Amino acid sequence: MCLGVPGRVLEVEGLVATVDFWGLKRQVRLDVVDEPVQPGDYVLNHVGFAIRRIPAEDIEETLSLYEELLRASESDMMAGDMRDEIEGSSESAARGEADG
Amino acid sequence: MADISVRSSANELKFRDPLQARALGRRLASLCEEIGREPISLMHVCGTHEQAIAKYGLRTILPKSLDLIMGPGCPVCVTDMPEVDEAVVLAEDGALIATYGDMLRVPGTAKSLADAQTEGARVEVVYSAAQAVDLARSTQQEVVLFASGFETTAVATAAIALQDDLPPNFSILSAHKYVPPAMEIVAQIPATQVEGFLAAGHAATITGWGIFEPFVERYKIPVVVAGFEPLDVLAALVRLVELIRDGTPAVDNMYPRCVTREGNRVALQQMWKVFRTTGGRWRGIAEIPDGNLRLRPEFAHLDARVKFEIDVQRLWQFAPSALAEKCICGAIMSGLASPNDCELFGKECDPENPVGACMVSSEGTCKIWYQYGGRPDL
Repeated sequence: MCLGVPGRVLEVEGLVATVDFWGLKRQVRLDVVDEPVQPGDYVLNHVGFAIRRIPAEDIEETLSLYEELLRASESDMMAGDMRDEIEGSSESAARGEADG
Repeated sequence: MADISVRSSANELKFRDPLQARALGRRLASLCEEIGREPISLMHVCGTHEQAIAKYGLRTILPKSLDLIMGPGCPVCVTDMPEVDEAVVLAEDGALIATYGDMLRVPGTAKSLADAQTEGARVEVVYSAAQAVDLARSTQQEVVLFASGFETTAVATAAIALQDDLPPNFSILSAHKYVPPAMEIVAQIPATQVEGFLAAGHAATITGWGIFEPFVERYKIPVVVAGFEPLDVLAALVRLVELIRDGTPAVDNMYPRCVTREGNRVALQQMWKVFRTTGGRWRGIAEIPDGNLRLRPEFAHLDARVKFEIDVQRLWQFAPSALAEKCICGAIMSGLASPNDCELFGKECDPENPVGACMVSSEGTCKIWYQYGGRPDL
């Protein structure tokens, strides 16, 4: 529940960002992140909220754990927690926006 | 029946950089040798750390003299039975309970939310507090978010509570917990003899590492903030053992890409606007002063405990199962025992039929050891 998952910001509209999680586009809220977030930034997301803008120079290190989890089996528990984190963001369609 | 004493699949090292991992392992060994006594007990307080440690078999490369134990790092596990009872009663009385998946099967005094669901109550799993609000918008029924989690998750609940367009049938039953006071309690348990703490990287992303300074000052125990990549954990362990060797209790941040001294001020401001700390029991561990996060009176209109009369006592005529009395979750979460010390582990108690909360949550020590294997025989 404290895993969090990083994603790349595609678009920002007010306090909502469209974030790319390994090809999956979801909406993440920016209410609690403490720095301005722009397209191209990476943010750490937890239960639907970005909690940290990750410095660009640290992205690779941050992503490696998750990329390994993506290769883990369906039943792997950490990978399951990661999927749950992505589920915490809302689907674009739910907000009635065009999904490109 | 699964045979478990320990599934060994995780015990092979699967690092991105095995050479670096082994180098860190050797560094730890030489530091421990310098210290020259054993065991040196270190505690981490995060289920995600335990997942990484167990999944990647990190204990296989730790020196024998180093004992790395998991403390109260699973917010679901420390949710006390009466808190689960409150959610069960609300569900039985006709509210729709929205909660994070792991909360479903955590045993209450008489039953879990999953049991209540089987009996006809409405319980929905959500992945975020916002989804609970969406549920409330889609129904006339009262929707109660049974919110668990440490500060990392509490900030999300706070942001939702501060929204001004919440539907009137939405409320919050807070079971949020605040970690720093629990570390103090564990540090005071004489039998644990913890010499250093690994602090959870994402909780510290919110609180900042500065919050541990008074703790270090008071208990003279070093604290190192760690990330979740296996190498992050090992590097943080090296730093922690260095601090122990040098006899210089201090806080160090080995996860600077996410953690700053001050933490996330925006998030903290929202969290403290919505929540206050109160004392309360953490399941199986102790009464933790300031360990619970509860809604402030200004948010009474959103507080399920104010909005509804919750009579949990009516559940208490049902006795917990006899097995539950043998469960040692509390000792495990205090760092006094490991799952292997429990006579139920992997036998009467497994993820399909959990007896204690530690076997329910993906952050519970027992479930993690069940899936990934625990302390390997060296």
